[in-house]
Amino acid sequence: MSETVTLDVVRRVAELALLELKDDEVARMQKDLNAILGHIDQLNELDTAGVPPMAQVSEILGGQVEASAEALREDVVRPSIDRTAVLREAPEADHRFFKVPKVIER
Amino acid sequence: MMNLETLSIDQARAALTSGETTATALAESHYARIAQEDGKINSYLSLAKDRALAQASKIDALVKAGDPLPPLAGVPLGIKDVLTMVGSPATAGSKILEGYHPPYDCTAVAKLEAAGAVLLGKLNCDEFAMGSSNENSAYGPVHNPRALDRVPGGSSGGSAAAVAAGFCVASLGTDTGGSIRQPAAFCGVTGLLPTWGRVSRYGLIAFASSLDRIGPFTRNVKDAATLLGVMAGSDIMDATASHTPVNDYVAESQKPVAGLKIGVPEEYFGEGLDPEIRAAVEKSIADLKAAGCEIKKISLPHTRYAIPTYYVIATAEASSNLSRFDGVRFGLRDKSAATLTGMYRQTRDAGFGAEVKRRILLGTYALSAGYYDAYYKKAQQVRTLLTRDFLSAFADVDAIVTPMTPTPAFKLGEKTDDPVAMYLADVYTVAASLAGICGVSVPCGNTKDGLPIGVQILGKHFAEGMALRVAQAVENAQK
Repeated sequence: MSETVTLDVVRRVAELALLELKDDEVARMQKDLNAILGHIDQLNELDTAGVPPMAQVSEILGGQVEASAEALREDVVRPSIDRTAVLREAPEADHRFFKVPKVIER
Repeated sequence: MMNLETLSIDQARAALTSGETTATALAESHYARIAQEDGKINSYLSLAKDRALAQASKIDALVKAGDPLPPLAGVPLGIKDVLTMVGSPATAGSKILEGYHPPYDCTAVAKLEAAGAVLLGKLNCDEFAMGSSNENSAYGPVHNPRALDRVPGGSSGGSAAAVAAGFCVASLGTDTGGSIRQPAAFCGVTGLLPTWGRVSRYGLIAFASSLDRIGPFTRNVKDAATLLGVMAGSDIMDATASHTPVNDYVAESQKPVAGLKIGVPEEYFGEGLDPEIRAAVEKSIADLKAAGCEIKKISLPHTRYAIPTYYVIATAEASSNLSRFDGVRFGLRDKSAATLTGMYRQTRDAGFGAEVKRRILLGTYALSAGYYDAYYKKAQQVRTLLTRDFLSAFADVDAIVTPMTPTPAFKLGEKTDDPVAMYLADVYTVAASLAGICGVSVPCGNTKDGLPIGVQILGKHFAEGMALRVAQAVENAQK
């Protein structure tokens, strides 16, 4: 039932995902995506009208166990990782900032 | 001379307290074995000798002073390279994180070390934990120690192989769609998938956050229970780590199983199941019956939809999680691009492998305008149905027993050209991942060619003690 993914769709999705694909990769990905989506189409055999979507395991557990993802910690100031240690791992940084190629033209 | 291939946590502890060995000697003998043998397995990506030996000498000082020893005193462990450890690289099996040294410890790893464990180093895996064979690592595939021309399974292939090969007593892996349980079965070791939320994920490089879990690989069920007890619990650094009380998993795992109700779902024994695996799993079910369990046939009717559901949800979440790898804050940057967007794109092109790109594209497509309802929302609804299957089954049974994999470990290169065939290898693992329930992968025999076979014991949410208890009975019947 799904429409076939065209080469143009692969290029558009790659653009959205900030992936650069070479021409042979675009063709390969088109073939693979169509194969996988063909398999995923089986889901349409199921009538899911009225079934709530499940984003997190805790949602469906309700009161059965103390749910995850609802555990809020006390809102107090705690030390965080030292900035120098974080910036040391960046490909390019000065002592306060991450550096990136110029984004604003004068 | 100690046998490093079979050494358990209890044995290591006994050898340490009796003075038969020291924590330092134990770590050194593992490093010597790794140096000699890991060339043909490729399980370790980096060794943490400084940190490991400093910890070992602390433990040796405790022994010498006659002080009480923590539960994992001197036990050498390996850590999957998607978990952070100060002083070691964290590559996640990807070129895009080459050279990255995370400035903080993963909570689970820090808890193990605080309990006395000696962290030997970081273990190979599929890139960003995406794969079922460990052939997607940018640092080369891992070979199955039981048959070098075969895969160890994935994505935690290095973690399973290192335990099987005697390169650590136990290890940590992660499981998003089967990445602990399937490699455990392929390598003939025990693997534990804790309930989603049971172990903090702080310091786990995220793949699919509603599915990712950290768990141990061990040589027996009791060791898995011991490691879970150390790692489980809430964490101020991870709001998804549950406050549900932590049980005494070792005590629970050693209880007798007589009177327990075991569900056997018909959907897990259909077409495509290797006859030798079927026979071994049926033998384990008969063993449980002989131990006094009541065996009940059950149905999990939506099982066949688990793989398509999983590959929508996991890739959608991955496309979001992996957007942080852009050449700005860590790892690789392609410095040839003049613009910011060009830098992002060229860095990601150079840094990501084919499977990661494939999954990012699929996930981005499933979330894109016009397809969101047809794919992502639909998959989330089917996820509800799959979870309801398990919840109603667990109203009648204490645990569910299934085969772990449809086939034994396959040959390297056998499935690399066909992503759908590779995804179908996850047929018995992904439903439990989507439902968030816990499970144990236990060895239950070998094929006539000597390849390990695993059986899966599933327990309901936060019932790790029950799953481990049934797993222990399966293990006992192997002896």
